[in-house]
Order: sequence, then structure tokens, then C-alpha cells
Amino acid sequence: MSKVMSRVMNYYAVLAIYKFEMARMRRTLLQSIVTPVLTTSLYFIVFGAAIGSRIQEVGGVGYGAFIVPGLIMLSLLTNSISNASFGIYFPKFSGTVYEVLSAPVSTLEVVLGYVGAAATKAIILGLIILVTAGFFIELRIAHPIIMLLFIVLTALSFSLFGFILGIWADNFEKLSIVPALIITPLVFLGGSFYSTDMLPPVWQSISLMNPVLYLVSGLRWSFYEISEVNVWVSLVGVSLFLLVCLGVVYAIFRTGYRLRP
Amino acid sequence: MTIIEPEVGSTILSVQQLSKVYAGGFEALKSVNLDIKAGEIIALLGPNGAGKTTLISTICGLVQPSSGRVLVAGHDITTDYRITRSLIGLVPQELTTDSFETVWNTVSFSRGLFGRAPDPAHIERVLRSLSLWDKKDNMLRTLSGGMKRRVLIAKALSHEPRILFLDEPTAGVDVSLRRDMWAIVSDLRANGVTIILTTHYIEEAEEIADRIGVINHGELILVEEKRALMAKLGKKQLELELFEPLEGLPTSLAPFGLELSANGLKLIYTFETTESGENNISSVLEALREAGITFKDLHTSQSSLEEIFVGLVNQPADGSARGATK
Repeated sequence: MSKVMSRVMNYYAVLAIYKFEMARMRRTLLQSIVTPVLTTSLYFIVFGAAIGSRIQEVGGVGYGAFIVPGLIMLSLLTNSISNASFGIYFPKFSGTVYEVLSAPVSTLEVVLGYVGAAATKAIILGLIILVTAGFFIELRIAHPIIMLLFIVLTALSFSLFGFILGIWADNFEKLSIVPALIITPLVFLGGSFYSTDMLPPVWQSISLMNPVLYLVSGLRWSFYEISEVNVWVSLVGVSLFLLVCLGVVYAIFRTGYRLRP
Repeated sequence: MTIIEPEVGSTILSVQQLSKVYAGGFEALKSVNLDIKAGEIIALLGPNGAGKTTLISTICGLVQPSSGRVLVAGHDITTDYRITRSLIGLVPQELTTDSFETVWNTVSFSRGLFGRAPDPAHIERVLRSLSLWDKKDNMLRTLSGGMKRRVLIAKALSHEPRILFLDEPTAGVDVSLRRDMWAIVSDLRANGVTIILTTHYIEEAEEIADRIGVINHGELILVEEKRALMAKLGKKQLELELFEPLEGLPTSLAPFGLELSANGLKLIYTFETTESGENNISSVLEALREAGITFKDLHTSQSSLEEIFVGLVNQPADGSARGATK
């Protein structure tokens, strides 16, 4: 007898995609974990020790501690995007995506599998950075639940964004152009390593147009209760971005854009 | 869980007025109609770009149809995609595999993707039946092309489909492996699996298919039982090698439509055998004897499926092909 699913959620598919994507991380464990630990250590040595020794405090917080939320956000954004975009782009590139497209899976199930795995990896890396930072400075987290909420929401929404990028990209250059040319500059200009109070008034106003500023500010507030913008504005902003990305992904699967001719 | 077990002989796949026009305006499928019965093996033949892969891809959900509908076990592939896709297994034309995965993991992944609970015993059966068991822990990149092809079949069978699409399954496969594949197809059929395959190897269709469909320029120009097709469209010829060359055919032989070779040493008689087995060979031989023409050797031949196929696809695309069952 052949048993097939009725119209219920295909949990097995979600799990299969999720495990498959997580296995990719296990295969590159050294690169996945050692790299962020090394990079974070370097940031602390260069920014925390060398530069930080000349900057006593920012907003009442030691410079080394001040940059921790920014470092976590930098890692979250770049890893979420690169994990998710590569996760869907590579099957497209190699042709193995045929299997997902011909499987009895809904948009939600595909997204849960790919984006869930990408976000999980990004969150793990974010937490590794947090732990690594603990070796260099004394960590203080005023609102751990808000911190986790920020980390999870950011990882999910930017993994969704990466997923969209992976579907849109039709070559490897496009895949790397958004993280390299848009996200990294926005993170560096979004107050990751400085407070916007240090900028001239014009640049302070311009900085407010940078969406990453809201993320960094919100996450920093969860640590030290200091922020450039209201924490709720940050939370609502990232939540809205998540919804917009979900809408775009739904439209992609409905129309078959770049997936089903 | 819904349980669907199509009855052998019932219609398991129904393609109705299916058309596909790609974004660039290319009409890949033109109002294709096709009914396939549970448990049969149908081979789709056609030159490159004829629409074979587009037809399969549309049924499997990889390509969006422009118009028409497809029913699998009575379920629409668009509205009931969960049911229809779980009944279908697809072995694509290209050798697309995840290089860094093991055979076991990739086949298990496929089973989960198609909504089936893990079943190591079934995966083992599939791998053993495809001679992949001793390779189960090998990474896919270490396998030969033929072995990768087997892995793709194993992936397609991992969720126990009732319909298996094989898109040129033996392309680039050596003769012995091709014969193994045919044996696998026979076993699957014995288990009631419906098989739809596209192929360039006419001998493959001739060897394993029950019915033959010919696609050309996006149209299904013919679907016929293999034996009936060969009987209907297959030509038979009698060739006679003469002792002495002829300058021309005697008028007494004109009614038989014989052909004389350029050197005058061979006579060719093309004939059709009726269902009761009647033909004019005796009359031809009698007429030759009366004309005093002697021959040193003779033999008969029947056109192969390949010749029938070439003859069909070379006809003008105006739907005038013989035996079209659209």
C-alpha cells in the first residue's frame, strides 16, 4: 500500500531540509566556528585594545564593551544573508533544486527549512561571538530576553532577505555583491563601533536613514540600556522588515519567479 | 494519511489540452492530450527540443503550464499538488547531485522531502536493488556517472512513488548498465509502478515499453501500442541478389512495384503483411521464374522502430502523421 500525505503540514520535509542545511555547517565546522572566533578576537585586539585604550568610555560604557553588540550584529547580518542565499542559490546552480520544486512542499515549509537553518547558524555564531567577547571584557546584559528577541528577529528577517537574494541571483557575483557592497558598509556606518553622538549633526541625521543603526542601537540597549533610537522603534522596524520579506518570498513561490519557468 | 493505490489498468495520469508557452514566446507544448494507465510503461520519443522534458517537468511541478490541466490519480497537479507529487518520482536528465553528501544521506533526504517517515529498511532495499549498498557511505562526488544515475533513481524511489518519470535514464550509460536499468524498470513494473520514460535510444523503447508516444514540435503526434505501431507503420522488404544484371524491369513485374538497384544486380520488393499474414511474395517469385530471372540469394527485413520514428518526425508539422491518437 502506498501512503501519501493528506493536506497537512509536511513536517518531514521541513526537517529534511533543515537537517541537510545544518549538515553543511557541520562539514565546515572549523571554518564556521574558528573564523568568527578569530575575527572577533582581532576586532577586540584592534578596536578594543589599540583604539579603545585612547577612548575611555562611550555613553558610560567601556569602549570594548560598547562594540560587542555591533560585532554581534555584523556577524548576524552577514551570516544570515550568506547562509540563506547560498543555501538556495547552490541547488539552483547545481540543478538539485528540481527535487525541492517537485516535492509536495508548500512555500512555508521550504522557507522554514532553509531560513530556519540559516537563522540557526547565524544565531549560533552570534552567541559564539558573545562568549568570545566574555574572554576580553566583563559582559553585562541588562535585558537578556530583549537581547535574544533582537538576535532571533534579526537572524530570521535577514535570512529571509538572503533567501530572496539567493533566488534572485543568477551568478556568484550577485550573490556576494549585496553583503559586500551594501550590508557591511551599512553596519560600519550604523554605529557599530562608535556612537552617532560623536558625528557632526548633519551626519547624525543622515545616520538615522540607515536601517542597521536601529538594529545595533536596539541590541545595545538590551545590553547597556543606552540607545540612539527608541528600542521599540527598533523592534517594530525589524518586525516589519521580517513581514515584508515573508511577503516577497510568498510572491516568489506563487509566481515561480526564477524558480519555475 | 490518505492511502492511494491506483488499480492496475485504471487511468493514473491524464494530460488534458496541456500547453506551455515560455516567456520568450517559444511554444514548447501544443495542446497535448495523453492518458496513461496504471502499471504500464510508456516511452516518449522525440528529437531534441521536441517538448519531452517540458511535458515531464510540467507534470512534476517544475514548469508552470500555460493552459490545460493534468490529473494524477484523479487529483489536479495544481490544487492537489501535495497528493499528486507524493505519488510521483522523477529521475532528471542531468546528473545533478550534492557532491559532498553520502549516498545514504541523500536518499534519506529525498524520502523526508516527499513527506515520508524515515524507513531505513526501505532505503536499504532500494540501495541493494540498485547495487548501491556497498557505496552507501561514499560521497557522491566519488561515484562514476553510471553510479550517480543509479543514485538519482534511488532518490526517486525513496518515497515509494506509483509513477516514475525517467528522463533519458540511460544517457551516457554503458551497455551493461543500460541492460541493468532495463531489468530495474521491469522489476518496478512488476510491482505495479507506472513508468514514463523519454529516450533517444529507440532500442530502449523497443525493448521495454508497452506504448510509444512520439513528440515533435511540442505536439504529441502519435501514441500507439508498440507492437501495433510496428505492425502498422513498419515496412517489410524482400531483397533478391541476381546472377545476371538486368537493364530494366520486365513489364510482367510492373504490378509489384519492384525496385532495381543501380547496378542491376538487386531487386527490392517492399510489402505489407495483412493481419491474416497474406502477402504477394509467392506471386513475385512466380513472376520472376516466368520472366527467366534467377537469383543467388534472398533475404527479408523489417523496419525498426528507429526508422519508423525518423519517418514520423520528418513529416511536415501539420498533424498529418499516420496513426495520431490525439
